[in-house]
Amino acid sequence: MKMKMRATLPALMLIAATLVSACAKPTSEQLSEGTIADPNEQRNRAVHEFNRGVDRFAFRPAAKGYVAIVPPDMVTSFGLFAENLSMPGQAVNSVLQGNFKQAGIALSRFAINTVFGIGGLGDPASDFNVPRVDTDFGETLHVWGVGEGSYVELPFFGPSTARDTTGLVVDFFTNPLGYAKNTPVDDIDIYAEVVRRLGDRGTYSDTVDSILYESADSYAQARLIYLQNRRFDLGQTSENSEIDPFELSTEGF
Amino acid sequence: MNRRNFLLSLSAGLALAPAAGWALDNAGASRLIDTLVKDINGVIESGKGETAMFREFERIFARYSDTSYIAAYAMGVEARRASNSQKKAFSKAFQGYISRKYGRRFREFIGGRLEVTGVKKVKKWYEVDTVAYLQGQAPFKVTFLVSDRSGQDRFFNMYIEGVNLLLTERTEIGAIIDRNKGDIDKTIAQLKTLG
Repeated sequence: MKMKMRATLPALMLIAATLVSACAKPTSEQLSEGTIADPNEQRNRAVHEFNRGVDRFAFRPAAKGYVAIVPPDMVTSFGLFAENLSMPGQAVNSVLQGNFKQAGIALSRFAINTVFGIGGLGDPASDFNVPRVDTDFGETLHVWGVGEGSYVELPFFGPSTARDTTGLVVDFFTNPLGYAKNTPVDDIDIYAEVVRRLGDRGTYSDTVDSILYESADSYAQARLIYLQNRRFDLGQTSENSEIDPFELSTEGF
Repeated sequence: MNRRNFLLSLSAGLALAPAAGWALDNAGASRLIDTLVKDINGVIESGKGETAMFREFERIFARYSDTSYIAAYAMGVEARRASNSQKKAFSKAFQGYISRKYGRRFREFIGGRLEVTGVKKVKKWYEVDTVAYLQGQAPFKVTFLVSDRSGQDRFFNMYIEGVNLLLTERTEIGAIIDRNKGDIDKTIAQLKTLG
């Protein structure tokens, strides 16, 4: 079961990743203009339609049911549980990024929340002012100088880039917990992650709906929002990117 | 990623209200945003119907934001072939659209707060960095851009966790214009029904 899950799930991602060609690094000018490299737009749009169908008929109803039945505090707890399980992997990525302090923080969080947070359902680490950690192998690649590459919309996973898709696959196989022998349930990290995503979809239902179903071009909206947010998380947001408000012609408006 | 946050925070941005004689410093900006949250909650708690609330938000938007800049930016290059009356009509329709689109979400802002963490001058405008704390979610960063281009201190854009709100709306407007095969009048008519 374990091998099967670990082998089949990322297959789609691998296919998507290999379909995407070289990772061209966007210039700072492109970043500041919010330029998007999307040479596979046609295919991505097809995947987007597929994802919308999956969301409309399966994920959205399931998520709505989940947050309707399960109390909000428990939804939060299950989200924290999944986050906690990702901490060992995030510690590995922090080391690979040369950020040993962050690696220590990730491991501290894992230890504190596992022991004092009922196996990770609570977040006492934050009460002790241990900062949150949020990294992945996509960020590691970024630190190593790999550009984001082309935009990709992955089946089931949604917006990504060539680089971050590679990161997703690597993270999937390198989560130390995936190889732990004494976890209570095989692939518990995968199930926890699915539950966490379900909770997020349910909690942020209105916002996700407005992007997916109320926008004139939900593909373009999702792409733009994902890329800007991702670049911001990686500290790539270049300053002074705003059009000078004194230079835009507002005559007539 | 906080897609939800980004929509929510527009709520804040729409009503960011540079009062007369506002000196842009941390204390002033912080006071302003506190006032803003109170104002928004005031409208929500007034118990008015949705239509009446949207009108209130539209008024706040018209008063405190640089509406002509925002409309010009949102229309993008299409503005080059628009007549002045079309631009005016677009600007008005866009304000209503924005007020409805984000006004519906003000509710989620109840009990939340924004804390100013810093103000800095960039080129000819100011960036006010804030952290938004909303109930039941992790704090997130919101940056307001304020300029006196129009002669008064007005906000003209905002970033939520790095997402440029105006750029997002320009993309959306572009899609609506495409859907109407480039017809600006039809786009304006449709904007009046959207949001």
